[in-house]
Amino acid sequence: MRALTEIEQRLDDIIVAHGEPTSTDELLRCGEEVLEHWVAAKNLQPTMNKQEGFRLLALHRQGAQGDASFNACRETCRELVYHYNLMAELDDNPNERNACLQMMALVANHLVLFVSGKMAEAGLGDFCCSSKPLHGENIQISEISDA
Amino acid sequence: MTDKKAKYQKVAYYPGCALEGTATAYDRSTRAVGKALGLDLVEVADWNCCGAMEVKNIDAKIQTYLSSRVMSIAANEMKMDVVMAPCNGCYHNLKKAEYDLKNDQQSRDVIDKLSEKAGHAAYQTGQVETIHALDWIRETIGEKGLGERVKNSLKGLKVANYYGCMYTRPRHIFPEKDQGPGSESTSKPHFMDDLLAAAGAVNVEFPLKTACCGGAHTLSDSDMSTKLVLNILRAAEAASAEVIATECPTCHSGLEMHQIRAQKRFGVETKVKIIYFTQLLGLALGLKPKKVGIHENISDSLGFLKEKGLA
Repeated sequence: MRALTEIEQRLDDIIVAHGEPTSTDELLRCGEEVLEHWVAAKNLQPTMNKQEGFRLLALHRQGAQGDASFNACRETCRELVYHYNLMAELDDNPNERNACLQMMALVANHLVLFVSGKMAEAGLGDFCCSSKPLHGENIQISEISDA
Repeated sequence: MTDKKAKYQKVAYYPGCALEGTATAYDRSTRAVGKALGLDLVEVADWNCCGAMEVKNIDAKIQTYLSSRVMSIAANEMKMDVVMAPCNGCYHNLKKAEYDLKNDQQSRDVIDKLSEKAGHAAYQTGQVETIHALDWIRETIGEKGLGERVKNSLKGLKVANYYGCMYTRPRHIFPEKDQGPGSESTSKPHFMDDLLAAAGAVNVEFPLKTACCGGAHTLSDSDMSTKLVLNILRAAEAASAEVIATECPTCHSGLEMHQIRAQKRFGVETKVKIIYFTQLLGLALGLKPKKVGIHENISDSLGFLKEKGLA
């Protein structure tokens, strides 16, 4: 499993180069590797199962269990899968195929950045997706408001 | 006339802190568009902070109380039954408070106690309906009505609609969404797309419309925020967008500031303009740029809008 920074660098190269050889399989695998990091950080064995035909979606479901804020990247994962499927439907027009790959790389890049951020600070995403207080172990102000 | 069309004609307006500070352009354009459309906004009297992320991260129930106080004032003192919050953070927090008060007895008890101490009636669930500015315009005027009122079409302006994370998540606090045709989607929101299309814009396929803007990381890890924003800007440009339309003041200011920071910090320049959807609608309705606060945006779009014949 490559480091997240290596995956980020690889995706950045693809995005900036506009034509750096890549494939939907490579980009999907990047997404899976990113989620493997997240799952492993929770001391879980990354699943090899598939959800709707994709391991990426199964990994996301595994990573979001007990952590609602991880749903903030649910649609990003689904967009990655969408672009994977979309590419299979495109004809041989190289411009269209390159544009699709470029967008898929940008989506994968968002996933690696988001997960890297969450790995550094698990609070990222709490604003939008969960109500878990950062100081969950502390006494709540509302409980001592009579004081 | 649908129930909502009549019900949303006159709403309690909750601008929230951001619209009095970094997002005055959003406040200005929301009020201007409402006036142009003949809709009535009555600002919530003596409103307070919704609790945002800072309070919630210390004590979620205090955040619930703060949001409930806003709804209580609207319901019990102003006798209003709809609160309209254009800020995604406020909208999200009021919806969450409504959900928590309905489903969590502990929250109910705390809010009852704090409301009594503060000397106002405790908010009772269901007293008001919280809606977003998108709901407000879409339900009262609708795409057809908006199209009929357009005086200065957006003329095929290519727009990436960016909804941010709080407008649709978590799904369970938005029971009205994902209810089939006519309702908003939490996975692929489209209300902003629909309204701007009615005003003449061309919406591009934008896969990051609900992706994280890194707002929560702005102070703790600015580079990560900049990278997340830069990726959104690049994706919008890759989708051929000329403008990113926003409906969240946190996202909007984050996109604007990190667009500049991306150039300074990483040497990457992006040209896509960042404009509130209410500003775009206002321009389409024939309002002058100053009336919708274009001059108050950090992202300088006046020259671009003039080129496009929109200013």
